[in-house]
Amino acid sequence: MSEPRSIIATDCGSTTTKAILIEEQDGAYRLICRGEAPTTVEAPYEDVTAGVRNAVREIEELTGRRFLGDEGLMTPRNGDQGTDIYLSTSSAGGGLQMMVAGVVKSMTAESAQRAALGAGAIVMDVIAIDDGRKPYERIERVRSLRPDMILLSGGIDGGTITHVAQIAELIAAAEPKPRLGLGFRLPIIFAGNIAARDHVQEILGAKADLRIVDNLRPVLERENLGPARHEIHNLFMEHVMAQAPGYDRLMRWAGAPIMPTPGAVGLGIENVAKQYGTTVVGVDIGGATTDVFSVFQGVFNRTVSANLGMSYSMRNVLLEAGVANITRWIPFAVPQADLRNRISNKMIRPTSVPALLEDLIIEQALAREALRLAFEHHKTLAVGLKGTHEEKDIGALFNQVSTGQTLIDLMALGMIVGSGGVLSHAPRRSQAALMMLDAFQPEGITELTVDSIFMMPQLGVLSTIHPRAAAEVFDKDCLIRLGTAIAPVGRVPAGQPLCTIRVDGREETLAVGAIRKVPLADGTTARVEIAPPRGVDVGKGPGVPVSAEVKGGVVGLILDGRGRRPLGLPENPADRVKKLMEWNTAMDCYPAAAMSALDTRQRVEVRA
Amino acid sequence: MASAYVPGLKVAERTQVRKVRRLPIPGDVLVHQGQTVSPDGVVARANLPGNPQTLNVAHAIGVDPGSVPAVMQKKVGDTVAAGDLLAFTRGMFGFGKRELKSPVAGTIELISTVTGQVTLREPPIPIEVSAYISGRVDEVLANEGAVIETVGAMIQGIFGVGGERRGEIAIAASAPDEVLEPPALTPALAGKVVVGGALVTGAALRRAAEVGVAAIVVGGVVDTDLIAYIGKDLGVAITGQEPVPFSLILTEGFGAIPMADRTWRLLGRLQGRMASVNGATQIRAGVMRPEVIVAEAGATAAGATGEEAGATLDIGTVIRLIREPFFGHLAEVVELPPELTEIETEAHVRVLRAKLRGDGRVLTVPRANVEILES
Repeated sequence: MSEPRSIIATDCGSTTTKAILIEEQDGAYRLICRGEAPTTVEAPYEDVTAGVRNAVREIEELTGRRFLGDEGLMTPRNGDQGTDIYLSTSSAGGGLQMMVAGVVKSMTAESAQRAALGAGAIVMDVIAIDDGRKPYERIERVRSLRPDMILLSGGIDGGTITHVAQIAELIAAAEPKPRLGLGFRLPIIFAGNIAARDHVQEILGAKADLRIVDNLRPVLERENLGPARHEIHNLFMEHVMAQAPGYDRLMRWAGAPIMPTPGAVGLGIENVAKQYGTTVVGVDIGGATTDVFSVFQGVFNRTVSANLGMSYSMRNVLLEAGVANITRWIPFAVPQADLRNRISNKMIRPTSVPALLEDLIIEQALAREALRLAFEHHKTLAVGLKGTHEEKDIGALFNQVSTGQTLIDLMALGMIVGSGGVLSHAPRRSQAALMMLDAFQPEGITELTVDSIFMMPQLGVLSTIHPRAAAEVFDKDCLIRLGTAIAPVGRVPAGQPLCTIRVDGREETLAVGAIRKVPLADGTTARVEIAPPRGVDVGKGPGVPVSAEVKGGVVGLILDGRGRRPLGLPENPADRVKKLMEWNTAMDCYPAAAMSALDTRQRVEVRA
Repeated sequence: MASAYVPGLKVAERTQVRKVRRLPIPGDVLVHQGQTVSPDGVVARANLPGNPQTLNVAHAIGVDPGSVPAVMQKKVGDTVAAGDLLAFTRGMFGFGKRELKSPVAGTIELISTVTGQVTLREPPIPIEVSAYISGRVDEVLANEGAVIETVGAMIQGIFGVGGERRGEIAIAASAPDEVLEPPALTPALAGKVVVGGALVTGAALRRAAEVGVAAIVVGGVVDTDLIAYIGKDLGVAITGQEPVPFSLILTEGFGAIPMADRTWRLLGRLQGRMASVNGATQIRAGVMRPEVIVAEAGATAAGATGEEAGATLDIGTVIRLIREPFFGHLAEVVELPPELTEIETEAHVRVLRAKLRGDGRVLTVPRANVEILES
C-alpha cells in the first residue's frame, strides 16, 4: 500500500465515541480536527456505527469534506472525498472482561493476570490453587461471574500436570457462561504446561470454546505473554466484538483489527518509552476505571482499577480512600454528610461538571486519591518474576511466599503521561501537574505531560500499521508538556534549605516543604546543576550533585521541596490548610479572587 | 457534542411500556405471541446446572489418582443418592479397608486419573422468569424469554435499591417537599408502594420495614441512612440484588430534594392503583434506572402518548439544577448562548441562562448541569 495521506481513527468509549482526522501536510502527519458523539451501543440505537457516523459527521462539518458514504467510511481517499485508512478501538459495552486462573497465585496466575491486563482486559477475578478459597467457593465464584473469556495457565513446560488439571476440572465443574451471546460456549485460552494440553482438552474441550497457545510461563525465569495476548485479541474480535451490536459492520469498515481501548493505550505508552528513550508511567483516569501503565527496565505493565473513577465510580474512591484521605487535600471545611451527598449525586448524574471552584477542588481531591490508589495497585503487580531465585519443581514452590520486587522506581522515572478528563481538561494545567505530583510523588527529575484530547487509543492502534504517523502526531499534537519536576528526597537539619539548584546559572534555594515554580517555556530547555546536601538524593545517591538538561512546558520548571515520602501533611487542620494554600499559590493553581471569595464561614480558620 | 445536557427521566401518564423478560441461560418459553399475561405469570423456565461437588477420591481412599477408576463403584453418567457407596478399597491383605459414600444426590460427571478427583453434579435448579407487568406478549425470544408490552403510567427514578416488587400506590405525604417520618408509616401501608415527599429519614426506613411496605418512592435520602438500610457502603451504582425488606426508589437524588411537581402529581393520580416497581439501577454500560409502572387493564397501544420528559432544550423549558449551587432548584430557560462560556472554575463550557423559580434570579449554568423537566 502507498503511504496514506489521510487517516480517520475512532475510539468507541462507554459513553462517547471520539473521532480524529490525521493528514500528511508538508511531509509530516498532523491532527487536523476531531469530532465526538454519544456512543450508540445501548438501546434504543443498539448499533455502534451510528455513534461513529455522528462523530465523523462532526469532522465533515468542520472540514467541509465528505468521509461517509452509504456503506460507511469511504476508503481509499478519492480526491477530496473519503480517507485512506479507517481504524478503531472500543471499550463500549463494558470493554473486555476476563477471568484468569493459574496454579500458584504469585507465579503463573500473576503472569496470566499480566497477560490479560496487557491485552486490555478488566480482570474480574484471579483463581489459583493457593488463593485461600475452598474449592466450592472457587466454583461458586466462577459460576457467578460471566466473563467474556477465561485465560487458564499453570505449570512450567514438562512439570507436573496435577495442579493445572485440578484448576481445569474446577472450571469445567462450574460450567461458566459467557457474558454475551446466550447459548454460546465460553472461550477459554489454555496457556500452561504443554504436557497438560491433552488432559485440559479432554476436560474442557466439550464444554468450552477451547484455544491452546504457548505456555505463558514456559520456565520460571521467563514470561512469554505474547501468544496469550494475541489470542485474547483474536477472541475479542471473533467473540466479544462479533456479539456487540453493530460491530460486524464496524469490523468491515476498519482496515485493521479493532483493539480494546486500554490495549491500544498501552501500546501508545510502550511507544512513548521507545520514542523518548525513557521510563514512563502513564495513567488514564476515566469515569468508571483508572488504568495505569508503566515501562521500567524495558518491561511493560498495565493495571486497571475497575472501580476507581471520577463519575460512575466516584463513591468507590471515597469508600476505598476514606473521608479523611479525601478531605486532607481540601483547603476548607466540608461537612462529611455534605461531601458524601455531593459525591453520591455525581455518581448518579455522571455527566454533570463542577460549576463552583469549591466543587472543582473537591473533585480534584478525589482524583488525587483515585490516582494514588490506582498507582499503589499498579506497584503490586508491576513486579519482577517471583520464584526465580533457584530452579525448583513447581510443586515444590507451592507454598513459597517470597515476593518479587516492584519494577516501579520513582527515582528512575523519566516521564509521567496523564490522561482522562480530570487531568486533560483541568481548567489550569498547573492543577494537572500538582495532582500528578501529589498522587505519584515522583522523585528526582521527572517530566510531566498530559494527553491533550485523549487520542492515545487511536494513536496506539495506528502505530500497529503506521508507526511514523502515530509518533509524529503524538509528539506534535497529542502530548502537552507541562514541564519538569525536580523533587529531592531526604531530610536536612532544621533551618537548612533542602537543596540549591542552579537553573541556567541562576541559583534557586528550595526550602523544606515548599514548592516553587520557575518559568521555563514549552519548547525550551535549561541546564540545571543540583547540589543536594548530605542525606538528600536527586537521583545519583545522597549528597551527590546532579547536572541535567530539563525540558520546559506550559507550567514550567517545578521545584518540589516536600522532601519526605509519603508527603507529611500537617495533622492540625489549620496548619494543613495553610500548607495547601501555600502550595496552590506557588503553583498558581486557582484564581486568587475566587479563592478569597470562597465562603469564609466554610473555611477553616487559619492561624496567623 | 450537540447535546451536552442530561435528558430527563421518563415521567409519563400514558405510554407504551415494553419489558424484555429473559432467562440467564437457554430454557423453555411458556407463552406465545399475543397472549395476555399477569405480573406473576411465568413467561419462561430453565434448569440451571446443579451445584458441582468435587470429591478427592484418591486422597479419601488412599490410592494414586491413576487407580481411582478401579476403586470407583460408579461410572461417569451414573446417578447416585446421598449415602450411596462411591468408592471402595480392601487395602493390602484386607487391612486398611476404606470406603467413600456420596455426600449428596447427583450424577457422576468426571472421574479424573490425573488429580484423583470426582465431580458429582447435584440435580438441576429450576428457575423461572415472571411477566413482571400485566400486558400482552409482543414477541417471543426463542429459548430466552419474551417481550411484554402494555400501556400505562411509567415513572423512572434516578437511583434505587432492591429488586422487583408489586403493590398498591399509597401517598403518605401531604406535599412534595415534606419529609417522610415514622408516624406517617401506619400498619395500613403494609404491602403498599408508599410515596413520600422530599426525604425519607433513617427512622422512617426502619419503621417501613416493620410495617412491611412493598416499596418507598421519595425525592431523596441521606447517604448515611441508605448505607444503614442496605447494611453496607455502596461503591458503584449497580443495585437491585440487595436483600432488603422493601425497594427504595429516589426520584431526585441524595439529600432532601422536593419531588418534582410532575412526578408528585402523577403519583397522586395513581393512588390506589397496582404498580410494578423495581429499584434496580445501573449507571454504566446498559443504563438502567429504577421504575414504577402502572399498567392499564386491557389497554391497547392506541392513544398512548409515548410522552417523555422533553428531549430538547428551548427557551421556556423548565429544568432542574442537578449540581451546586442551587442543587435541586427549578428554573426556566431564558437564553441558550451557543458559544463556550467561562464559568467560575475557569472551565469553558456550553451554558444556558435560566430564571430561578421563586426569587426570579437569572443564573448562568453549564448545560451539563441541568435536567429537563417539561417543555
